[in-house]
Amino acid sequence: MAVETQAVKRPIQFVAPVAGASGAFAGVFVGAANGSVLLGLLLGFGILATIAVVLLEVLDPGLEKTAKWVLFAAMAAAGFLLGGLPGLVVGGLFGWFFGWFIYWLGMGRYRVPLPPYLTAGQVLWHYGFRVICGSIFVFLITPILVVMPLSFNAQDFFTFTPEMLRFDPAGYSLKHYRDFFTSSEWQQALRNSLIIAPLATVLSVSFGTLAAIGLSGEHVPFRRAIMAILISPMIVPLIISAAGMYFFYSRIGLQGTLLGVVLAHAALGIPFVIITVTATLVGFDRSLTRAAANMGADPVTTFFRVQMPLILPGVISGGLFAFITSFDEVVVVIFVGSARQQTLPWQMFTGLREQISPTILAVATILVIISIALLTTVELLRRRSEKMRGLSPG
Amino acid sequence: MKLTKTLLATSALTVAASGAFAESHGNMAMDMTLVSWGGAYQASQQKAYAEPYMAMKDGVSITWDESSSEAVAKLRAMNEAGNITWDLVDVEAADAIRLCDEGLAMEIDHDEVLAASPDGVDASDDFGDMIVSDCFIPQIVFSTTFGYRTDQLAEGVEAPSGACDVFDLETYPGKRALNKQPTANMEWALLCDGVEYGDVYDILETEEGQTRALAKLDTIKDQTIWWSSSAEPIQLLADGEVFMASAYNGRLFSAIVEQDQPIGMAWEWQMFDLDGWIVPEGLPEDRLARVMDFLHFATDTQRLADQAAYISYGPARESSAPLVSTHAELGIEMAPHMPTDPNNATNTFVNNYNWWADYRDDLDAKFQAWLAQ
Repeated sequence: MAVETQAVKRPIQFVAPVAGASGAFAGVFVGAANGSVLLGLLLGFGILATIAVVLLEVLDPGLEKTAKWVLFAAMAAAGFLLGGLPGLVVGGLFGWFFGWFIYWLGMGRYRVPLPPYLTAGQVLWHYGFRVICGSIFVFLITPILVVMPLSFNAQDFFTFTPEMLRFDPAGYSLKHYRDFFTSSEWQQALRNSLIIAPLATVLSVSFGTLAAIGLSGEHVPFRRAIMAILISPMIVPLIISAAGMYFFYSRIGLQGTLLGVVLAHAALGIPFVIITVTATLVGFDRSLTRAAANMGADPVTTFFRVQMPLILPGVISGGLFAFITSFDEVVVVIFVGSARQQTLPWQMFTGLREQISPTILAVATILVIISIALLTTVELLRRRSEKMRGLSPG
Repeated sequence: MKLTKTLLATSALTVAASGAFAESHGNMAMDMTLVSWGGAYQASQQKAYAEPYMAMKDGVSITWDESSSEAVAKLRAMNEAGNITWDLVDVEAADAIRLCDEGLAMEIDHDEVLAASPDGVDASDDFGDMIVSDCFIPQIVFSTTFGYRTDQLAEGVEAPSGACDVFDLETYPGKRALNKQPTANMEWALLCDGVEYGDVYDILETEEGQTRALAKLDTIKDQTIWWSSSAEPIQLLADGEVFMASAYNGRLFSAIVEQDQPIGMAWEWQMFDLDGWIVPEGLPEDRLARVMDFLHFATDTQRLADQAAYISYGPARESSAPLVSTHAELGIEMAPHMPTDPNNATNTFVNNYNWWADYRDDLDAKFQAWLAQ
């Protein structure tokens, strides 16, 4: 078994500056919100370093629980004085975090889950790595999360109003959702999206699956070249495919028609299907098709009864990607479609440019939820297929 | 004499509305794609022209495309691809002039296509100077003017009155937002640097004049946020991110009166501009017939006056002005909110399209280079 690492109290000369630095980091944000970054930075450092000294050196270690609660309450109260109700919440969170952080640091508890032989540098990297990962995660997710409360704004602007920040119910409203469900333009756009995306998905899945199966045979000449051409819509910049499609479709009379948009989106979706299906085909045992043929099944029966059920997870996840591609696509549809084929993303794009209305945020929130649901489905299917192929236990 | 003329005109109108056009209904396309700017402005067009027209002509459907801001580029592409999908496009006067020069917009005989006023004044006289190009069918007069946050005004300080207060960082500290283009900004810079309006364009033609305008803009450059879409300055004001912003007066009106934002208007040295329809060149006959029928209706005296009940833009016809009354939903008097109301500003100017047509490319390059410094 692993060697137990004991928590050893750290010298205050180390703890106080580190706690101070974290305080300075938090102080930058508090200071920015209150007008002076520099003041926030200095005060944050001073306050946290002092608290660390008091908690670890002055107070009896047995008072840890009480000290944490006092810190929590004091920070919450200070936050309330600075920024009202939201300040209370933020302050409380700060108090809770720093109470835990100072003792965790000061008492050397951060060493406990790690092997005792690690150097200080290795320990620093262990936690630094996690902080970096967490920051990247926050960086990616925050813009999406900010959109959601704003979509419940009672005003027609992208603004956190004072009422919203006070958590006053009057500052919140579902009117942008109502607007989305009652406005004929948005409903038309939703209808177009719901017609175009499934049709494009069906085409992408049919052609993509056939192409993937065909290209997985070893006897096909120029396999790599054909594959490269088929997945090129994924690699070529969208604006170039879109401009090309615009002029080509205009000549053959498909520009500005529903069929044109469906075909364009199908072309964009096919690469996703080919890639996912090709990946599932790697694990497909070709001798099964020979066995089926041996027992008198023709190729079509073999495909639907033997091959298809086994590669279905790949087909479905490819289909979902194709669906999302079409459902989220704005560049190609603006070129290939006309005003009659306005899809949701198109409507959002023009809405953002001409009228900054939170209805867009309401729609965005709905779309995010749909996307999460779809991707969860993909993930569940992937796990199921792994289980079926015995790649992962349980 | 006048009575006969009026009678003639009215009867012509009635005939136009009921008989003559109904007969040729068969040769007209049943759907139209109109291109406009979206937002409150497009809504006013929908309510004032499109909905009454569809109620009158059974079975006609109208699709809106909110693409006016890229109208020039898209019309060029459509022309190149030989596939015109738009029937009627709402553009600013400057774009109309450009499209007309390039042969992308159709030249119109205004008296033949458009209705005369109820008093029998020919369309070309009723619109008068507003017809800045043979292809342009004016609808509204709007202005680029200023809005400011009333709640960010220091106590005891007089409210800003217009363009020159943007340059006064001492009295009015805080961020400002200006349009990311030389038009209007260059004029304001010189006007507020003490140049008489009559001399502005002569000075702007010279190298020193341009340097002088940019030097004036330099004084507020680090306090300025540059906007490119017309919804942005309103968002910035509503957010309290800027103290003052140049914006289109109709959007400011909507934010102040309809959305109840703490914003005030500062009209001095507002720049008037025109907006109107153009018909793309190369429409097939049935669609052209439908567009002309719609245009005749949508630009008559009453329709243009009706539009002013939804948005504070002045109707382009002289005969429409007396018919402007109250806001359709709020019931307030619209006249004081019109940019053309003489009580709003003592100094104004009209976008000098012809001058800008000659100098736009050059000054655009200089302005963008200055922005990047």
